[in-house]
Amino acid sequence: MIQLFAFYLFASIMIASGALTIFARNPVHSVLWLILAFFNAAGLMVLLGAEFIAMLLVIVYVGAVAVLFLFVVMMLNIDYAELRAGFVSYLPFGLLIAVILAAEILLGVGIWQAGPVELAQRAAPVPQDLPNIEAIGTLLYTRYIFLFEVAGLVLLVAMIGAIVLTHRSRDGVRGQNIDRQNRRRPQDATVNVNQPVGKGVEL
Amino acid sequence: MTAFFQSLGLPYEWAWFVATIAGILLIALPVMISVAMIIYADRKIWAAMALRRGPNVVGPLGLLQSFADGLKVFLQETIVPSAANKGLFLLAPIITFTVALLAWAVIPFDVGVVLADINVGLLYILAVSSLGVYGVVLAGWASNSKYPFFSAMRASAQMISYEVSIGFTLITVVLWAGSFNLTEIVQSQQGYYGFLNGHGFNPLLFPMAVVFLISALAETARAPFDLTEAEAELVAGYQTEYSSMAFALFWLGEYANVILMCMLNALLFWGGYLPPFDWAPLYMVPGIIWLLAKTLFFFFVFSWVKATVPRYRYDQLMRLGWKIFLPLSLFFVFIVSGFLMLTRYGGAA
Repeated sequence: MIQLFAFYLFASIMIASGALTIFARNPVHSVLWLILAFFNAAGLMVLLGAEFIAMLLVIVYVGAVAVLFLFVVMMLNIDYAELRAGFVSYLPFGLLIAVILAAEILLGVGIWQAGPVELAQRAAPVPQDLPNIEAIGTLLYTRYIFLFEVAGLVLLVAMIGAIVLTHRSRDGVRGQNIDRQNRRRPQDATVNVNQPVGKGVEL
Repeated sequence: MTAFFQSLGLPYEWAWFVATIAGILLIALPVMISVAMIIYADRKIWAAMALRRGPNVVGPLGLLQSFADGLKVFLQETIVPSAANKGLFLLAPIITFTVALLAWAVIPFDVGVVLADINVGLLYILAVSSLGVYGVVLAGWASNSKYPFFSAMRASAQMISYEVSIGFTLITVVLWAGSFNLTEIVQSQQGYYGFLNGHGFNPLLFPMAVVFLISALAETARAPFDLTEAEAELVAGYQTEYSSMAFALFWLGEYANVILMCMLNALLFWGGYLPPFDWAPLYMVPGIIWLLAKTLFFFFVFSWVKATVPRYRYDQLMRLGWKIFLPLSLFFVFIVSGFLMLTRYGGAA
């Protein structure tokens, strides 16, 4: 009963916060509603027994991606009036995308069956006695090792691409030489003098 | 504890529910009281290192100082700046405080003495500690004031940077222990060289223990990495506009996080609730005493660092995180997994 209650709690909050992500007037509030939606998605994953995915969802999306979102949205001074000005002209295109997505979801759910027969025919059945992480690991590093490595390679290329695109060498910027800073000692920069009274310092 | 409530005639689900609530209270209340005492300890240690006396007026030896401060703060007026985003301004300290208490759910205080013995315990702690940044960022933004906003930007960059190296550090321990469950990680530390308990005595993991200790300082924004509240540059950082209980919640959350990080140091690298030596008479002492003793030792180290080390420059902080700790911890992930592959798993892929 507690599980059922938890499911409806997470699901309803998730849908509500998803809707508020779109309808919130302030973009920062939008991001915060999105974070709440991520959280509840993680809660649903835990209910499904996929605790590893749930934790990854929180660590990666809430802990890193959403922080960067929030960061960018806070830094930009978004003009709400300008943002809403194009609403009517973009409406048909938006509706088209919404209809296509809804149709795809309906088709996907319509042909989906998960009876005991289908579950038994899966290419990689979930081992019941293994913890989540070990089950995923044994699949990922044996059967899907090639795809896994390719995904890693794609990410590496994307990372290098991002660095190359944003890196530019500017003139007139003095970089810091950390080794030189660390090698510097007080006697390199200061002198002790025994100053006689009434005379100027000789440098 | 569920069995106890079941014996009182409750059905299993309700017994579990009541037992969990009782467990939460049994952890959260002592944590709150220990936060009050640890603030007192922090001030005393800091004072002693600066040749001062520290708090010594309220109660015997000043022991009740923190409670007096709490009462004072409780009676003050909560001021919300008129230009602030009111809802988020009040939400931010609540988030900091709540998140600081969440992680305690998976801490094992002894064999089996743990609220939620989940098999992704360490990931849970990583997930929860990555949430701590929201309280700071929201506080900085909602204050609608320059210095808090600068502080919030610094905090988010700092916490994300050091989380990366903390993650890799934890991976080395997880590889060695073969589990994400904290109880199993502690149990795997038994009997190094036949008489020592703790991954810290392992030459491959000791450097990671050091990296973790320093990263923990940065993650909790303690000195020398307290750039988020560098008073010479940012007034009081993200707390500038806060007063009364809202301020106190930040304070409590921050110290609860510090204690948690000290306890994680003890749990992951120095044997947790196991005695330091694998010698039968030492096991007569309850595990929680060993755990608390180790935690307090690390808290002393934190205070010691705070009293003696000058604050880092911001670029030095980023350099340490990204250019030194990240490659170092990544290198040790390779070394440890390679070593385990050769020795424990016989070189077979």
